[in-house]
Amino acid sequence: MLAPAEITEYLRSAHSGAEFILEETVPEAVIRVPSGILCEAARTLRDDPRLRFDCLMCLSAVDRPEELQAVYHLYSMEHDHSCALRCCIPKDNPEIPTVSDIWPAAEWHEREAFDMMGIRFTGHPDPRRILCADDWEGHPLRRDYQPPSEFHGIPLTTILPPESETSS
Amino acid sequence: MKRDLNIQLGPSSEKLERALADVEDVHGERMVLQMGPQHPATHGVLRVELETDGELVVKATPHIGYLHRCFEKVAENMTWPQVVPYVDRLDYLSSMNNALGFALSCEKIFGIEVSERVQTIRVLVAELNRIASHLVAIGTYGLDIGAWTPFLLLFQQREHIIDLFDELSGSRLLYNYIWIGGLAHDLPEGWLPKVRAFISYMQPKIPELNQILSFNKIFIERTGKVAILSPELAVQYGVTGPNLRGSGVLWDLRKMQPYSGYETYDFEIPVGRGEFGAVGECLDRYIVRIREMEQSLHIIEQAVERLERLPGDDVRAAVPKTFSKVPVGETYFRTESAKGELGF
Repeated sequence: MLAPAEITEYLRSAHSGAEFILEETVPEAVIRVPSGILCEAARTLRDDPRLRFDCLMCLSAVDRPEELQAVYHLYSMEHDHSCALRCCIPKDNPEIPTVSDIWPAAEWHEREAFDMMGIRFTGHPDPRRILCADDWEGHPLRRDYQPPSEFHGIPLTTILPPESETSS
Repeated sequence: MKRDLNIQLGPSSEKLERALADVEDVHGERMVLQMGPQHPATHGVLRVELETDGELVVKATPHIGYLHRCFEKVAENMTWPQVVPYVDRLDYLSSMNNALGFALSCEKIFGIEVSERVQTIRVLVAELNRIASHLVAIGTYGLDIGAWTPFLLLFQQREHIIDLFDELSGSRLLYNYIWIGGLAHDLPEGWLPKVRAFISYMQPKIPELNQILSFNKIFIERTGKVAILSPELAVQYGVTGPNLRGSGVLWDLRKMQPYSGYETYDFEIPVGRGEFGAVGECLDRYIVRIREMEQSLHIIEQAVERLERLPGDDVRAAVPKTFSKVPVGETYFRTESAKGELGF
């Protein structure tokens, strides 16, 4: 069972030259991984006998004012340890390599992250939207998203600002 | 035809393979068939795009999202306690389990400790809800292959649990009972004896169900050796809960990463053993749920005993008065919901 600090050290020694930053957030630490080395780092995390992160628990996307982020929560059934990776993606070109060839569970998660947040996963085997209709425009969970007033002639509900919401 | 094939051939896979090879010989043009967007039994709306070759399904592409309501976006404009009723609706068959996961995750961020009594009540209601959810899963599963009677019987049994929850929280399915830092209110008077009565009512129902459905020859032949999910594949694809255990993987978060005091209860984790064919078949996933209901009843029994012993306290004692100061931080806390891992 390894702590996030030890996992970071281990990644640093396995990939010399790459910059892994340990963010000591409470209650869980997160390892920041450069997107260029994500696939290699993921492969190390999965295959190394001391790490063996065989299970991708959750893949989430976060919209920060300055950038988009993909957060990977990993777990090792063999060693009973877990860690979280964070990958920062610029907003003007939201592209990041896929990890679905490493953890097949990522396939649908990445489709959801694309659908909701507009992160493009390069090399994804089936890069379609998953929840919204195929011809939907925009990515609904982005902070700058403007909901359309209608979709194929179907009027959509007006979204009220939070203050004007009464007892409903 | 596929259906008939299985019944006639029984569990012998050799025969089945030969028959499938015969069908392969006459393959011709492929046809795309839309199944849904309404499921035949309408439990969860899903569209499956089937590519068929005669009577054989060669490819199935699921299309989900028909029930997507962007809860994340809604929750962004809510205060923390206001989100609890929304997480109830994530899976309306096991609301208590959803709320428990969300509450525990928030409590981890806020650093809240709840009393032993609150923990015990939470375990009690979560396990009752697990049984209710499994009853629906098993009932509709039988229904999908044409067994109508078990479905009605199981819904009748589930109604007892719903009545208990109705008395507890005032609603049948969406309870808003487990709060961040505690519970909405204490147990009503005379509720625990009713839970005891439910345990003694439910215990003989499981062998009865086994007689009606589980050991039915047609049922076994339809579900045994069908859709075998290997343990390796299940882990790779992140399958959790009863479906993972059906593949023979000994894995339950209540044991592996205990929360809410689950480590102090005596219970077993049932796993698929492939008694009627191969490990990881449909039937294993079904049997695991039946055995889990037995274990849940056992946990409920222990929880009731404890609650009768524990002195009463304020179940809202640890509920924060205000949520204006939220600590900065992020976490992923996972719980064993009725259908598998649920993390917030």
